[in-house]
Amino acid sequence: MTAEGVDDAVRVREPVGERRLHPVTPFRRAWAPVAVLVGWAAHDPNQAQQQLTRLTTTTLLLALAVIVPAASLYGFLSWWFTYFSVTDGELRIRTGLVFRRTAHIRLERIQAVDVTQPLLARVAGVAKLRLDVVGADKKDELAFLGQDEARVLRAELLARAAGFAPDAAREVGEAPAHELLRVPPRALAVSLALRGATWGALAAALVVPPVLWLVTHSVWTVLATGLPLLGAAGARSAGRFVAEYDWTVGDSPDGLRLDHGLLDRTHETVPPGRVQTVRIVQPVLWRRRDWVRVELDVAGSDNSVLVPVAPRAAAEAVIARVLPGVTVPAGAALSRPPRRAGRCLPLWWRGYGIAVTDAVFAARHGLLRRDLALVPHAKVQSVRLTQGPWLRLWRLAAVHVDTGAGKTVTARLRDAQEAADLLRGQAERSRTGRRSARPDRWMA
Amino acid sequence: MDTEDAVGDGPAWTGLPPGLLRMRRLLLAVWLVPAALAAGLVPGLCAGPAWAAFALLPLAALAWGWVLVGRNWRSWRYAERADDLLISRGVLWREETVVPYGRMQLVEVTSGPVERHFGLASVQLHTAAAATDAAIPGLHPAEAERLRDRLTELGEARSAGL
Repeated sequence: MTAEGVDDAVRVREPVGERRLHPVTPFRRAWAPVAVLVGWAAHDPNQAQQQLTRLTTTTLLLALAVIVPAASLYGFLSWWFTYFSVTDGELRIRTGLVFRRTAHIRLERIQAVDVTQPLLARVAGVAKLRLDVVGADKKDELAFLGQDEARVLRAELLARAAGFAPDAAREVGEAPAHELLRVPPRALAVSLALRGATWGALAAALVVPPVLWLVTHSVWTVLATGLPLLGAAGARSAGRFVAEYDWTVGDSPDGLRLDHGLLDRTHETVPPGRVQTVRIVQPVLWRRRDWVRVELDVAGSDNSVLVPVAPRAAAEAVIARVLPGVTVPAGAALSRPPRRAGRCLPLWWRGYGIAVTDAVFAARHGLLRRDLALVPHAKVQSVRLTQGPWLRLWRLAAVHVDTGAGKTVTARLRDAQEAADLLRGQAERSRTGRRSARPDRWMA
Repeated sequence: MDTEDAVGDGPAWTGLPPGLLRMRRLLLAVWLVPAALAAGLVPGLCAGPAWAAFALLPLAALAWGWVLVGRNWRSWRYAERADDLLISRGVLWREETVVPYGRMQLVEVTSGPVERHFGLASVQLHTAAAATDAAIPGLHPAEAERLRDRLTELGEARSAGL
């Protein structure tokens, strides 16, 4: 206790450990005016051409001579006035030249830590470190840090968040990770080609232009609508391919490691016990191969993919690591809505099903694209039962399970009595499930 | 629901005090009686006495709303159980919410000017899930404060992170 007090006193007197970001950072800001000019020129080429011809070389040089140093100065100052430091329980970021902003981020509340490297940053050998915290709209990120510095800092933050002593935290180093799953590029490409959205956009691109041709007989209209449609069909899938390329899921004492990206590399870490919901999605065209996509919800994080595509058995093995002690209920083990639900919601009622195990509440929906959501009982924030007049007529009700990631998992079309029991039972299970949940500081 | 009360081990439900019903009915009358007068007088004077029958429309709405507000008020009830709070409400669209005490992040007591005039206050519970829609309107301020303090106390005792 006394040692700690002395430690604090020393720190107050001499705020060591405050560091600046990587010196490359100002250039990121210096790009802004150039990007604006380029954007304007691309947006309105004719006007830009006119303006350019009117400008003489001297004015151009003069403008450059003003804009570039001003931007550089701004970049330099914002870099100069940004500091960060790691204290016992917090990451502190101090920034702002005119409007000062100080953020203190409590480490045990961290939901995820991401190290991302956009393409240019990879060239420059720097990386961005981002922390996901519950309730913060603005993501606090440290951009940019040196590549190695970012990794060391991430390891230190995670070690401190895990509950290691401050001195030990620096020495613990990066926790060893072992690979659970790697998605081969071929499987990823095939899986993206087999998505319903790809085929839908392709069908639209093939149907709409001929129809337009019949209606308008104008080549330009056809081109102007057909090309963007075709582009959209490709761009979405290509974008997903680039982002999800070389997807690797690793397991380490720090939590789950997700590394992915072809051009922009992203390394995410989700500490243990942060996952609120896991969803297993299976588009209709994947069913024959029994591939699934696994999504997860972490409070305060916007990333939602855990595995972009994998055979069901492999995906379930990963889920068993993410949610310890959870077995994914098989499709046949799900309890279907009662028969009369077929008159309430014809055809679609078949897609619904629920299962309650010792560890999770699972609800499936979707007839073609099957979506099975799993919520650990310990993560349930509240349970609601709703029943409208149409459902009442068929003595049915819906049970909603709310989780901390802002997602709600709903069991629809349940028998009214069963739903009432489910409501009571789920409240009870979530209460007892919480007792056995892991602490925030998972190594403490 | 009645079947469940008959079981015996059902929760001890508490209804809302009549203040909320009085307030809502009065507000209804305050809006609809002048509307009925206007709907009756303006066409009645301009177009002939028969047109004054338009006044029946707001009056019918008033009667209907009177019954509706009463039914809705009766449907609201809550129960404090050992580990969670139950809120049940709605007639046509029924909704029942269970919020475990340990999950409460914030308990609010609010009271607008009209509510204050009628001596009413509402209690709103917030959890980490935005979808949690747990509010109890129209309580006596003393009861609202008691509930808030009790919920906060229980929440602290059973607190669990996210």
